[in-house]
Amino acid sequence: MIPSGATAIVGAAESTEIGAVPNMSSVGLAIDAAANAMSDAGIAASDIDGFTCGYFPVADMSRQLGIFPKWADNTVVGGCSWFFQLRNAVAAIHAGYCHTVLIVYGESGKSTRGLGQSFDAGQRGGTGQQFDMLYSGGQAAATFTLPVLRYQREYGLSDEELAVGAVSQRQWATEVPRATLREPTSVEEVLNSPMIAWPIRRAMCCLVSDAGGAIIVTSADRAKDYPKPPVYILGSGGALEAGVMSPGGVREPLRPEFIRTSGEAAFASSGITHEDIDHLMIYDAFIHTPIFGLEGLGFVNYGEGGHFIAEGHTAPGGKLPMNTSGGGLSYAHTGAYGMLCMLESIRQVRGEAANQVADVEIALCHGWGGYWSACSTLVFGASAP
Amino acid sequence: MPHPLVPVPTPETQPFWDGCQEGILRINKCLTCGSAYFPPSPICPECSSTDVEYFDASGDATLYSYTIQQKPFFLWGSEGPRSVALVKLAEGPMLTSSIVNCEQTPEALQLDMPLRATFVPFDEITVLCFEPAEQQS
Ligand SMILES: [Zn+2]
Repeated sequence: MIPSGATAIVGAAESTEIGAVPNMSSVGLAIDAAANAMSDAGIAASDIDGFTCGYFPVADMSRQLGIFPKWADNTVVGGCSWFFQLRNAVAAIHAGYCHTVLIVYGESGKSTRGLGQSFDAGQRGGTGQQFDMLYSGGQAAATFTLPVLRYQREYGLSDEELAVGAVSQRQWATEVPRATLREPTSVEEVLNSPMIAWPIRRAMCCLVSDAGGAIIVTSADRAKDYPKPPVYILGSGGALEAGVMSPGGVREPLRPEFIRTSGEAAFASSGITHEDIDHLMIYDAFIHTPIFGLEGLGFVNYGEGGHFIAEGHTAPGGKLPMNTSGGGLSYAHTGAYGMLCMLESIRQVRGEAANQVADVEIALCHGWGGYWSACSTLVFGASAP
Repeated sequence: MPHPLVPVPTPETQPFWDGCQEGILRINKCLTCGSAYFPPSPICPECSSTDVEYFDASGDATLYSYTIQQKPFFLWGSEGPRSVALVKLAEGPMLTSSIVNCEQTPEALQLDMPLRATFVPFDEITVLCFEPAEQQS
């Protein structure tokens, strides 16, 4: 096993602008974020010898940036592709394939400028195209959310209780200048927002935004020489389950095994317990995904996640601060939000978040990809063990 | 050129689509471990055996969960709300489908209600949907 804290993040940045950025393509947003991350780390392309990106031709991107990598990765599993790439980068650095990796992402999700997503569940002749997407026209709000009604009935979670998740995240976003939605909201307002796919309303769905993000990771030895305090990677996990038949492809839809698998690996490799976690990000493409994350990762028992959020435990002042940027529902959501999720964890550990939680020593970040196809769990720390 | 989301069969999935044309739900069964599975594949996801075949399933199912899309995919040719459902086949597999031939309301669509397969025109092909089991077709 790779020792906990063997690598660290030394550069991290978003694109200069996020939200609506019609003057940049997906590639432009990625390059802007990469330039910002190199500036954050105080290095240039020549200092980087490993490169990953998702959704773009990897060699095209590295050449544009003037990086000539000895190691590259282009794992694409949807919205958490950059989680998987960071895990792979940690392993590559530990193996000695390279010493410093740049991970880049950009997506013109709102303005749709330039290259689109190469992760396409609807490819002709694919499983999703033949057996899933025709029923909804590929509308994620109607398919990704399919387990919600069953969950509500099985565990007695009312619409009002479900809606609290959107209210809590907006509470965080009110103090975040870069968040798209900053006005306080209420359960009533969430339940009066337009119905999209009963029981899911618009305020329970993520935003559609333009954004880029980039991360630079290196060995813990090298990390000490950078201007910002290192954010150590203490451990990680990842797993695949549903395929594009999701969420019908999950073996136990209310107890998805892949979440548990990823979480257990992250806890085991980092050597920490749930009580050690000061800050939590769980990718919220829709209002229910943090519920499934809290349960699958073992913060609460199955059936308790919805009530845990409804009781305010993840809101400002709660015992488990979660999605403190406002998340996909209030901050920004490009289509593949995972990089933005990771960047908020990193900002919190650095102590430079807009709505900073006090004394974040250890942060856990969990992302999804391709509906329930994939997930990954990362544990970040302000110090190495 | 059909719409990109009109299903395109492959050699491995053709028997399923032929079944839809014939009004028969045809899915895979493993001859080694006995598992019925979906979507179609030349390998059993339970035991990795490639000794698999297609068989005619009962078409019986239950409603596991669903949403009601307010603006359905236009290729269905219907204006009003339309269900997208997780349906559990009597033989075991779960799949995505729609419940048709009934009101598209929470009152009409009860969890665990018995369903049966029905086959519905979709663009130039015929696809699998489900209807309440007590319904006369
Ligand atoms: Zn088998």
